[in-house]
Amino acid sequence: MGMTEKQLKSSNKPDKEMPLVQYENVTKKFGDVEVLKGLDLEIKQGEKVALIGPSGSGKTTIIRMLMTLEKPSGGVISLNGEPLWHKKIGDKLVPADEKHLRKLRSDIGMVFQHFNLFPHMTILRNVTEAPIHVLGLSKEEANERAVDMLNKVGLGDKLDAYPEQLSGGQKQRVAIARAVVMHPKVMLFDEVTSALDPELVGEVLQVIRDLAKETDMAMILVTHEMDFARDIADRVVFLHNGQIEEEGHPEDIFETPESERLQGFLSRFLNT
Amino acid sequence: MTWNWEFAFEIFPEIASAIWLVIGITIGAYIVSLVLGLVLTFARRSSFKPLAYLTYGFIEFVRSTPPLVQLFFVYFALPAIGISLNKYAAGILTLGIHYSTYLSEVYRSGIDSVPKGQWEAARAMNFSKIQTWFRVILPQAIPPVIPMIGNYLLVLFKETPLLMAIGVGEFLQEAQLIGASNFRYLEPITIVGLLFLLLSYPSAVLINKLEQRSKLGFGTRKN
Ligand SMILES: Nc1ncnc2c1ncn2[C@@H]1O[C@H](COP(=O)(O)OP(=O)(O)OP(=O)(O)O)[C@@H](O)[C@H]1O
Ligand SMILES: [Mg+2]
Repeated sequence: MGMTEKQLKSSNKPDKEMPLVQYENVTKKFGDVEVLKGLDLEIKQGEKVALIGPSGSGKTTIIRMLMTLEKPSGGVISLNGEPLWHKKIGDKLVPADEKHLRKLRSDIGMVFQHFNLFPHMTILRNVTEAPIHVLGLSKEEANERAVDMLNKVGLGDKLDAYPEQLSGGQKQRVAIARAVVMHPKVMLFDEVTSALDPELVGEVLQVIRDLAKETDMAMILVTHEMDFARDIADRVVFLHNGQIEEEGHPEDIFETPESERLQGFLSRFLNT
Repeated sequence: MTWNWEFAFEIFPEIASAIWLVIGITIGAYIVSLVLGLVLTFARRSSFKPLAYLTYGFIEFVRSTPPLVQLFFVYFALPAIGISLNKYAAGILTLGIHYSTYLSEVYRSGIDSVPKGQWEAARAMNFSKIQTWFRVILPQAIPPVIPMIGNYLLVLFKETPLLMAIGVGEFLQEAQLIGASNFRYLEPITIVGLLFLLLSYPSAVLINKLEQRSKLGFGTRKN
């Protein structure tokens, strides 16, 4: 099922030693509520990881902390071995400043549930704005990169449209293009199809599938689409109550789940 | 006392000659308020708390004291600590500062209406703070409040007679002088009212047009 091909591909990658992303004993509290309780998680270069779990289990929080949208309460998140939220001064870790965050953030991209396109910019500008002003590409280079990517997601004919003129599925494909042209090392997807009408889900999932096959970006995908997770992921992580309850190869997770909670979670999905 | 057309025609040019001064003061004060208003908006949101609180205090203070008192303070009291301004500069600065506090409130309401997701997308695209403000947030925050911003131009314009108090020769000052030397106030003061109407009304129409335009979405707007 294309699975073996992908496994081959990902096991060929150089530098498998150092994880690209590493969560070490990461905790997160909102007020008095501890929503993540000592998370340990590693993502290798190029690895595609699906995060599944019931509502409120902490999936979104995990990826938002990596995108630097939410600050962890404890523990260390590292990217390429460098702490994200801390700066090393000598042996000491001090809180990171904006400059440090910006440097590391350049390897991370994110696609949001509600697209968050810039409504005042055309589709083309949505995709070229950051390459020009953040990466410092020339306008021509940025345009070329953007048009190329927009063609790939099937929106080459919408360059001059504004976001509000697109369907949800089209918007989400633009959002994916906007993140990919920054060439991040890891892309984060937070339930990117759950705000879409059912008939538009397929086109967006297909774009992500193609992307996963073509690129060596790592991906962390929060999703409720189990077939999709199974299809695309090298590894599936099941969360419950702010902790990893079970993780493994998609086939193992979906065929022979061990924990009762995962069995329960999956059966609810398969029956509805 | 009845209306004297001859007298009215005779004094009209004299009063109207203040038009450039009035327009100059209005525009000068408006620019000060637009720019300073934005500075106050940023300062108030600063993560450096003392600055944020100080700005908040300044805004509240300026808004709750009468502009006339502020004008006297700037023109008559500041020289005591070595800041002497001529009456035009004092007038422009006072009106500008006064209205900057209102404009900062307008900006703030515009900024608050930009969804949180836009800030997050800007961060995910790794924009700097300044890029986030000027490329993402303000272009969305300002258009909806353009009518309010424009309206303050009119309000400010109508506030210019205040400067008569420090001897600026705007419309009312001119009319007052003419009235006093001819013992006729009906025509001069009526002309002042007329001049304000003549200048305000077209501006109001223009602002109304802007308002219509800013109601359109981004996709349907030209350019
Ligand atoms: N900004 C916040 N303030 C307070 N509580 C929050 C905040 N964000 C998340 N939480 C809480 O943290 C917990 C985990 O939330 P999170 O959004 O990570 O869950 P999730 O697994 O993504 O759930 P869902 O499937 O519903 O999206 C939830 O109980 C949620 O209510
Ligand atoms: Mg979530």
